Amino acid sequence: MQPAPQPGQIELVCPAGNLPSLQAAVDNGADAVYFGFADDTNARHFPGLNFNPDTAARGVAYAHARGRKAFLAINTYPRPRIWPRWREAVDRGAELGVDALIVADFGLMEYARERHPQLALHLSVQGSATNQQALRFYTERFGIRRAVIPRVLSATQVGRLAAQSPVPLEVFGFGSLCIMAEGRCHLSSYLTGDSPNMSGVCSPAWAVRWEQNGAALEARLNGVLIDRYGTTDRASYPTLCKGRFEVDGHVFHALEEPTSLNTLQILPQLAQAGVRAIKIEGRQRSPAYVAQVARVWRQALDLLARSPQGYAARSDWMRALAALSEGSQTTLGAYHRPWQ
Amino acid sequence: MKISLGPLLYYWPRAAVFDFYERAAVSAADIVYLGETVCSKRRELGPEDWLAIARTLARAGKEVVLSTLVLIEAESELGVLRRCCDQDEFMVEANDVGAIQLLAQRGRPFVAGPAINNYNARSLALLQRSGLRRWVMPVELPGDVLRDIVSDLDAASLKGAVETETFAYGRLPLAYSARCFTARAHNLPKDQCEFRCLQHPQGIALKAQDGRALFTLNGIQTMSAAIQNLGSQWQALADRGVDVLRVSPETPDSLDVVTELAQAIREDRPAGSTDGADICNGYWTGAAGMLWNTTESA
Repeated sequence: MQPAPQPGQIELVCPAGNLPSLQAAVDNGADAVYFGFADDTNARHFPGLNFNPDTAARGVAYAHARGRKAFLAINTYPRPRIWPRWREAVDRGAELGVDALIVADFGLMEYARERHPQLALHLSVQGSATNQQALRFYTERFGIRRAVIPRVLSATQVGRLAAQSPVPLEVFGFGSLCIMAEGRCHLSSYLTGDSPNMSGVCSPAWAVRWEQNGAALEARLNGVLIDRYGTTDRASYPTLCKGRFEVDGHVFHALEEPTSLNTLQILPQLAQAGVRAIKIEGRQRSPAYVAQVARVWRQALDLLARSPQGYAARSDWMRALAALSEGSQTTLGAYHRPWQ
Repeated sequence: MKISLGPLLYYWPRAAVFDFYERAAVSAADIVYLGETVCSKRRELGPEDWLAIARTLARAGKEVVLSTLVLIEAESELGVLRRCCDQDEFMVEANDVGAIQLLAQRGRPFVAGPAINNYNARSLALLQRSGLRRWVMPVELPGDVLRDIVSDLDAASLKGAVETETFAYGRLPLAYSARCFTARAHNLPKDQCEFRCLQHPQGIALKAQDGRALFTLNGIQTMSAAIQNLGSQWQALADRGVDVLRVSPETPDSLDVVTELAQAIREDRPAGSTDGADICNGYWTGAAGMLWNTTESA
């Protein structure tokens, strides 16, 4: 068991797709865990994942008993007919005594603010706030206490934004890389009808089909060919922005390679910028994955706190995280300007 | 039912833009949205040029709306946004929440563009109290959901206060990234893109390896490959509560789409298709956006 965190440090926020993952995150040094209910009220609406009222209560109790926080993600956009379910999710979060709701929809934030004024609101990455005026809007209207920032800003831009922001910022540190501004990507619904904003999924599993076509293994999403692999290629899940497509006669990863975000190397820069929390993506991953990632990041954040000048990302950390990454490779993504 | 000309999403040479809007001034469009919404490096026209076009269109009787950039990251981009929100000659289409903040502070009426996430009437009511006059539906929102939203607006006595606009014609703007895919396709870094978008007045086609057209690359924006065309269903749109049909400029000939739509509305008949391009309407019917559904009409 890792000791509870010191105040003032960067908070490590880890994913919990189920109770064992939540416990693994807490046991391996997460300062906070985030989770969702088992329906489309959250952006990881995957089969077999997430919490019912009972496991949610046990998860929150587990975190609180160890001095850690629990955040509840209700970060998809409710439409009129299903609005009551989103409203009930907010009410249930308040009953559970979660430390914050992670929300994106204007209407839902207004409801939470009016009905549960004591309940902290964090702006979800799906709210797509990339500049100080957007952050001011959410802060003035809904009193948000924190904002999670889309993976579209360079490290320098994150620093500038943190300096001007009316609220503390949480940034993504590790996990699957969204290359589009979150909350503003309809690619998945264009191909499948299901989107992150409305259904809480991207490139949903129901739409995936693997087909052997001669020597080639084909990955399709709702019938659309996302990638084609030879016998020596490493096949990956057909997330639609990470397939190989033809542009102007060339077949390549026209949008992005199968790769994961890893910011261990720029952690001092993010700390210097005043970032309050690092978010680890991956509620869909296993408890073992969550444990491993939390352990590495706990060590990194502790080293940074002990020795801000002497910090360097250790090679064993980088290896451990690369082994858990899509395509076994990691990138700094948009934080690193040349990636853009 | 009104017809709008959406903001030009591509990067056209300066002269082509002036020519296009000269023709737009005499078109049947009721509303014209102007300005660069995709990339702040596209400067064939500066703010003064856009204002000059705006004044010409206004003199021709058009309602002119200035559209703001969708993805605002840099301080310089906020500066341009602030100037746009400071002017009070024309209404502004806010395409980022930051723009809504600036406009609301100034007490200015505004349009919420399709990249603002409005999925329910409560969100719209909140924005209405901040100055919202019209919203453009997120492109993925189905017609049935629109009917529910408009009914909720009605119940809140806001139906007359907030107009609904739908993306009725053009390649759908689907996603925005930090990365420039046009530069990437040319193997250039974003910071040295050589303004390659100018070479692609209708974006760059992205196809699956079996040749099926999927997306269109347009700088940092990813669009659909197919053209969404709801012209043959405009009566169903009106029935669901749509007040304005948006035609997104694809080529200078997109003004013919405006002409045909206007005539169809006058004659109360479905509009015909004016081109042979791949078309889609799946989003409106609650299906995958890329699909073309011929059975839906109500």
